[in-house]
Amino acid sequence: MIRAALKSLLGRKVRLVMSTFAIVLGVAFVAGSLIFSDTLSRSFTALFASTVGDVVVRPVGGTTADGAPSTVTIPADVLDDLREVPGAARVDGNVNAFGVFVVSADGKVVSGFGPPAIGGNWSDAPAGHGLEGLAITAGHEPHGPDEVVLDERTAERAGYEVGDRVDIIPSTAAEPSEGGGLPTHLTPTLVGIAGFPSGGSLNGATYAAFDTPTAQKLFLGGQDAYTDVWVTAADGVSQAQLRDDVAPLLPDGVEAVTGDDAADEAASDLLQAISFITTFLLIFAGISLVVGAFLIVNTFSILVAQRSRELALLRALGASKRQVLWSVQLEAFVLGVLGATLGLGLGVLLAMAIRALFANFGLDLSGQPLIFASRTFLASYVVGILVTMAAAWLPARRTARIAPVQALRDDVALPESSLQRRLWWGLGLTVAGLVVLALGLFSDLPHGGWQTGGGVLAILLGVAAMSPVISRPFLALARAVYARVFGTIGNLAGQNALRNPRRTTATASALMIGLTLACTMAIVGDSAKASVDRSIEENFVGDFVVSNVIGTAFTPAIGDQMEKVQGVEHVVRERFQTGERDGDRQGVSAVDPGDVDPLELDVSDGDPADYADGSVLLQRSWAEDEGLEVGDDLELDMPAGKRTYGVAGIVEDNPVVFAPVLMTLRDFADAGFPDSDNVLILFTDDSPGIQDRLDAVVADLPVVTVKDQGEFAQEQREPIDQFVLIIFALLGLALVIAVLGIVNTLALSVIERTREVGLLRAIGVSRVQLRTMITLESVVIAVLGAILGVVLGTGFGIALMYAVRDQGLEVISVPLTQLVVFLVLSVVIGVLAAIFPARRAARLDVLRAIATE
Amino acid sequence: MTGSPATSSAAARVRNLTKTYGAGQALVRALDDVTLDIASGEFTAVMGPSGSGKSTLMHCCAALDTADSGSVFIGDQDLTQLKDKGLTRLRRDEIGFVFQAFNLVPTLTAEENIQLPMAIAGRKADQAWYDNVVATVGLGDRLKHKPNELSGGQQQRVAVARALASRPRIVFADEPTGNLDSRSGAEVLELLRRSVDEYGQTVVMVTHDPVAAAYTDRVVFLADGRVVDELRAPTREQVLEVMNRMAEHTP
Repeated sequence: MIRAALKSLLGRKVRLVMSTFAIVLGVAFVAGSLIFSDTLSRSFTALFASTVGDVVVRPVGGTTADGAPSTVTIPADVLDDLREVPGAARVDGNVNAFGVFVVSADGKVVSGFGPPAIGGNWSDAPAGHGLEGLAITAGHEPHGPDEVVLDERTAERAGYEVGDRVDIIPSTAAEPSEGGGLPTHLTPTLVGIAGFPSGGSLNGATYAAFDTPTAQKLFLGGQDAYTDVWVTAADGVSQAQLRDDVAPLLPDGVEAVTGDDAADEAASDLLQAISFITTFLLIFAGISLVVGAFLIVNTFSILVAQRSRELALLRALGASKRQVLWSVQLEAFVLGVLGATLGLGLGVLLAMAIRALFANFGLDLSGQPLIFASRTFLASYVVGILVTMAAAWLPARRTARIAPVQALRDDVALPESSLQRRLWWGLGLTVAGLVVLALGLFSDLPHGGWQTGGGVLAILLGVAAMSPVISRPFLALARAVYARVFGTIGNLAGQNALRNPRRTTATASALMIGLTLACTMAIVGDSAKASVDRSIEENFVGDFVVSNVIGTAFTPAIGDQMEKVQGVEHVVRERFQTGERDGDRQGVSAVDPGDVDPLELDVSDGDPADYADGSVLLQRSWAEDEGLEVGDDLELDMPAGKRTYGVAGIVEDNPVVFAPVLMTLRDFADAGFPDSDNVLILFTDDSPGIQDRLDAVVADLPVVTVKDQGEFAQEQREPIDQFVLIIFALLGLALVIAVLGIVNTLALSVIERTREVGLLRAIGVSRVQLRTMITLESVVIAVLGAILGVVLGTGFGIALMYAVRDQGLEVISVPLTQLVVFLVLSVVIGVLAAIFPARRAARLDVLRAIATE
Repeated sequence: MTGSPATSSAAARVRNLTKTYGAGQALVRALDDVTLDIASGEFTAVMGPSGSGKSTLMHCCAALDTADSGSVFIGDQDLTQLKDKGLTRLRRDEIGFVFQAFNLVPTLTAEENIQLPMAIAGRKADQAWYDNVVATVGLGDRLKHKPNELSGGQQQRVAVARALASRPRIVFADEPTGNLDSRSGAEVLELLRRSVDEYGQTVVMVTHDPVAAAYTDRVVFLADGRVVDELRAPTREQVLEVMNRMAEHTP
């Protein structure tokens, strides 16, 4: 029996490859995302281990929102106290600043989107557990104000060698350059290259190190202090022990943590920040597996139908129902193993591709070999085999209903479950899905995401189950249209699509799923862009916005310069950072009281005049969520310690305000945040040439740009476009699976109808006509899938946007052009999918085709 | 023997047709230098034991198969010289074919099946002729039914109607009664006979049934890929006699 099953498997190689492909892709996503996330986390843990000392002494609250050191520093005399600690082998002070950009030899800023551009003092202190940290691999350490050391990667990317003059923009530098102008460029000589001789990487961050006095002058305004301190343990002293010895000596607002804790903390922050990638990949793994399952159900249905005579013969020869059923399941098992194995291999390639992609964005993991955890293998095989066998179960179960006597009949028809029953099942599932979806979107129950996803899945499956019935009018219409336009050939194609509505619609369903999600995303993306546009249009004040392309803060000197530009009437400075409230991160922003009016902020509760140092304005939606009113006190943990502010007023939500808590610039600085601006809003007299004059101010700072409303809107839309594009790219894979599904179904249909094809050829159907017929059938399937997908996707998209309409995305926009493009695309897909089966049909030997049973 | 009267109006002419299968020890000479004329307006039967090459001969004549050497003329056209396009056109316009296993398109009604060759060619049926054919086939109210709603005999009559409807130069029938009971078979043979008598249709039928052969004007006997005998206006008994004689010759 097993032999019989395996033999039949081998006899159908092409079909198997095609149905396996879906499994391969699904498993590849699973494996790829697991491998990548394991690699990422290992790399980070390893990385951060070499970037912390045994004990790290740092200001409480540690870092600001973007990871930049807070302005609270550790005075140099603390270090002297620490050196007295018996367990301390050595104590080294570090000066670190963010936003210190290295400009490459050809004038471009070397940086990525995420990793910071770090500037600091050179230190040869060993990392925790005696690990060798950054060390000079070429040249020597920096001495004096005119010498700098760069990390290997950065030097390489920027094209500098030892002895070159390096262009550095210390955009957050504290010290204005001579003459009070902008501290725009430093041009120290590169005297050394630093690397990790014993492995490690900066994960794409850039690092420029000066000697300690220079770094203190540049980044700490010349005070003899440090942003953090590494204490190295003497032999036999544990990190925890040393920490406990160090802690009592520290002034208020400064804490000591072990290197292990600090590394974990840093790694987990970053890991969390990119964990969405893993989630994302797993979601797509799920999508391709669901789509793949459709394909497998279909393939096995057809295979079983074609083999029903053979199976009946097995039954006639004495095989039990169970044996016949399991022979089909065995095929599925082998297929699952095959698919999972190939998928695993593809997953490795996928992980490598993602790694390469990340290196492109500046997160360089090339130093870290890929991690293959046993759970990756386990998950791949379990997923691959289970999905295949589960999908094959439905068709396999039908084989048991084949009576042995059917082996003797000419044409065996497999018993089919009634369409009526399928309709009710599908309807039930759809309604249940709608309810769950509604709960997920519109109720306050926890796990809304799961309910939304589950609801969508249930609706998709329900519609797929109902589609043989609900698609009938469409298929009948398609037949009529074809018959009219293409005559008899069209009629035949239309009839073929109608012949087995289960098969036609199951094939279309695979495409439906992909297009549903694509449409949903198109609507979400379009709505988000429309919302951005509208809110910018409604709320954009002033004439120009100055911001840093990478989103980090920049020196206030730029604002000072802008104020002096001819034609500039007023400069509004906005800052934002992250503090903590009850242990959770809380964004805060800062605007001077005098700028509430120019920004056209609508203070609806309280009096704008009460907004002064020591008080805050709150955004309405946030204040309502938190139950705060005018007169209440708001307590925040800031880098410089605990602060309490009185609520002076409630501001209507306005995207010009970047965080829900608004405080004065002075309070902001007092809270321990760096003296740097995030956004400048300029009011000008709009005199000719004004933009050129403004551009001139930042001409030397490639990272800071001046934009008018249109450019600003464009900049805000770009990330949405990129996001949608990435999703489309991933959905493209789901479409590829769907196309393969159509190819598979058509190819199998052609094999099944060999005799009919032969007959048509015998009575004078030309090859071209035959190809046309199969192409038309393919197009019907594809368009059916597309229509179902576009309808469902539009529904989901609108529901989704409606659910989040009060979260700043109040515009629901349906990109009609894009939807039409999807439909046109489906026709193309149909035509492409038909190429191989049509060619196969056209090449059939007429005589042999007729003789086929 | 190349036994056929030299009719000037041959519907099909076969000249020195040879076709072999396999090679070496397993070489099978399906057709061995066959030369044969099919007269216009005649009902010809091709008979012979299994493996005599009768089906191969017909497939080659009907442009369904290609021979190794020799030529086949349908009218004046040498179909061994034609490419796929020409062959397709020939099958569509000049040849009608009736298969043993009916071979109707299951998605189309009986009527649509009958009109299929003309519809494919984009031609309108000659209405008078078409009405004639349909009347002769005698399906009446069953024309709007799908094949699976028709009996085997009805399906085969539809297949015959389909072959006749486009007024081909020649109709080939491959064991048209092979899958039918004797009564249905008789109806189909009757139909073919009438198409020859009433409309001057040329029909070539491969069969191994002496009863079927008795409906024809002429029987050509094949053995081992060669034409070995022929009868004019045969009766069942004559056919049986020739077949028995042939069986004795081949051990």
